[in-house]
Amino acid sequence: MPDADPVHEDHRPEISARNSRYGLILFSIYLVLYGGFMGLAAFEPQLMAKAPFGGVNLAILYGFGLIVAALFLALIYMVLCRPRRD
Amino acid sequence: MFYKFSLARDWPAFSVFAFFVAVVLGLSFYLGRKAKSAKGYYAAHGQIHWFVNGIAFAGDYLSAASFLGICGMIAFFGYDGFLYSIGYLAGWIVALFVIAEPIKRLGKFTFADALDGRFNSRGIKLAAAISTLVVSIFYLIPQMVGAGALIKPLLGLEHWHGVLIVGFTVIVIVVTAGMVSTTWVQFIKGSLLVIFCFILTVMILRRGLKQQETPEARKSYATTASGDLVRVQLSEAWKGKPYFAYRETNGGICMIRSGYPDPRAVEFNRRIRESDPGFNERALETVGRPVQTRTVAADGRTVLINGLPQSAENDLLPVGTVSELPGGKLSTGPLGPFEFLSTLQSSTIVTWSKDTIKEKDGSVTEVFYPVEKKGVDLLMPGASPTFAGVRSNSLFKKLDFLSLMLALFCGTASLPHILIRYYTVKDQASARKSTVVGIAAIGFFYVLTLYLGLGAMTSGALDPTDTNMAAPLLAKSFNNFLFAVISAIAFTTVLGTVSGLIMAGSGAVAHDLMENFLKVKMDDRLKVFYGKLAALMLGILAMILGMLFRKMNVTFLVGWAFNIAASANLPALVMLLFWKRTTKQGITAAVSIGMLSSLAWILASPQVYRDVYGLDPARSIIPFSQPALVTIPLGFLVLVIVSLITWRPASGPAFPVVEQRPA
Repeated sequence: MPDADPVHEDHRPEISARNSRYGLILFSIYLVLYGGFMGLAAFEPQLMAKAPFGGVNLAILYGFGLIVAALFLALIYMVLCRPRRD
Repeated sequence: MFYKFSLARDWPAFSVFAFFVAVVLGLSFYLGRKAKSAKGYYAAHGQIHWFVNGIAFAGDYLSAASFLGICGMIAFFGYDGFLYSIGYLAGWIVALFVIAEPIKRLGKFTFADALDGRFNSRGIKLAAAISTLVVSIFYLIPQMVGAGALIKPLLGLEHWHGVLIVGFTVIVIVVTAGMVSTTWVQFIKGSLLVIFCFILTVMILRRGLKQQETPEARKSYATTASGDLVRVQLSEAWKGKPYFAYRETNGGICMIRSGYPDPRAVEFNRRIRESDPGFNERALETVGRPVQTRTVAADGRTVLINGLPQSAENDLLPVGTVSELPGGKLSTGPLGPFEFLSTLQSSTIVTWSKDTIKEKDGSVTEVFYPVEKKGVDLLMPGASPTFAGVRSNSLFKKLDFLSLMLALFCGTASLPHILIRYYTVKDQASARKSTVVGIAAIGFFYVLTLYLGLGAMTSGALDPTDTNMAAPLLAKSFNNFLFAVISAIAFTTVLGTVSGLIMAGSGAVAHDLMENFLKVKMDDRLKVFYGKLAALMLGILAMILGMLFRKMNVTFLVGWAFNIAASANLPALVMLLFWKRTTKQGITAAVSIGMLSSLAWILASPQVYRDVYGLDPARSIIPFSQPALVTIPLGFLVLVIVSLITWRPASGPAFPVVEQRPA
């Protein structure tokens, strides 16, 4: 329990600050990816119909990419925030 | 409906549903013995394992709108429905990277606790509690109406039965063990939904795609082939519409929509020319395809299908087929996940649209007509009426789309029923890990929605009158047992989400309003009592609203809830965390103005003019319907201005941006 453990990360503001910094960086990366997708969908929908690798079109690839990227960034964040001695 | 419920045939659906409800209720009573304290009731003792909480996030978040709405939209209009999936999932990035850990650190039971943690301001408590209630009720109405709308085709009961079953079950879930039982219901629902949608997707890929004649075409060509065709004069109401009609030998009407001639209907088109010598020569070139019609008489009870009374033998036929596969193949056999999409992209698909004709005598005829569409067109943004604006040149229509996508992105992490789940885990690390599990489960589910929707689009099993039935009918195209399971899951999906919403509202009323704002003295036992009382009242209110709004199309209320949540709550949450000059007046003003401005924008928007007031949307002074693009920045602006005005160095909060608690 965090209340009983004074060295638990919840009682160490420097860890919260560090996590929040990582969070903001990763958030900015995703914001660019998401903004890029929505910009394309809104202003260049025809481009989304192109299939860059010959198979599935950009709309689907980018869409799946956003979902996979969310999970990927989330896992990176988990690793960055894991308890460690520093 | 061609899938009219009968207990003799559909008892598995009923049993699966009854079994699920029995398990959920049994679990609630069992857990109810444990959750006696306020911390137990409001926050499940803060001891839910992060993995369970992660899946419960999925069960809380994936509402009927996600499951049935998105699948239906993809099944009828293609890719556009998937844009919702992407936006709903992306919102979790805000939750994980910005909100999760601070909200856990700052709060106790509710979102208002977190906002107010440093200030102890009654203004913040009141504003946050009202915003929680407004958002939760907007979210609640479509869930309750959806429960009523689903229960008839799925279980053969009336609308109000559905509303009452959900209302009572949820009241029992929440009143017995509060957040403890709510969590487990959401966990079970989340797991079942993801697992069965995965099974369904595997079956879609194994079945592959095959070229089919539309069932309607088969029927009309067959009946009209036996006898003379007599032209029927259509009334004034049809003037300017591309339809003409023939009386069939059995007394029914065969209606044709000109254009889109069907190459396989050569014989049929030849008969039209022979039987109807007076036929307009120009139209001869493009004799069209038979459509399906449903006429509801002015009394609202008599229903004619293709001109004859609706019966088991004479009903609308299921639709949604592939008319041409690439390379002239007739069927593909099993396909891989990417192969399925690329094959569909180079196929031609017959989708069905609707035209509504109102006669002078008060009767209404709906015409369901087939349109052949290229896969490549269906699989890019802008194929649906909802998002057609992105293919137009109108900047405002594009901004409307972007505004909705911004609301979905920012709204998720501002939804009270999602935020309260963070208080059920023990620490910030668990809050973080459970969000990652949530993202994995929800993201996986949203990938599946694309396959479910496209699978339904090509299943030949769609009901042209009801987009919400796409996913269950897709299951029916495989077998009846799967239909039973998916139907039961679809219906019980409502339970998990409604429980979360009632919990959020219960906390806002009992904890924020009564205890903290009105300063009603209560000990631990009374806190639980008032929480349960509030849940009971909200449950009853939900049932009343579910019946009142029965006739309205309420799906857009979910979009409103996201817009209002994002506009009212997000600026306050973010600035509280990242700007040390934020004052209590700033937060109160941002929440109030964000909520009121987004609500006012919505009520004055073109969409509401058309869909709610029945007025000409052009008369609205608002340029686009979704407010988030304007009202989220407004919330930030109001917060900054008010905080700057009210900030006093002495009285201002002397804390670093990331809060410290005494070790």
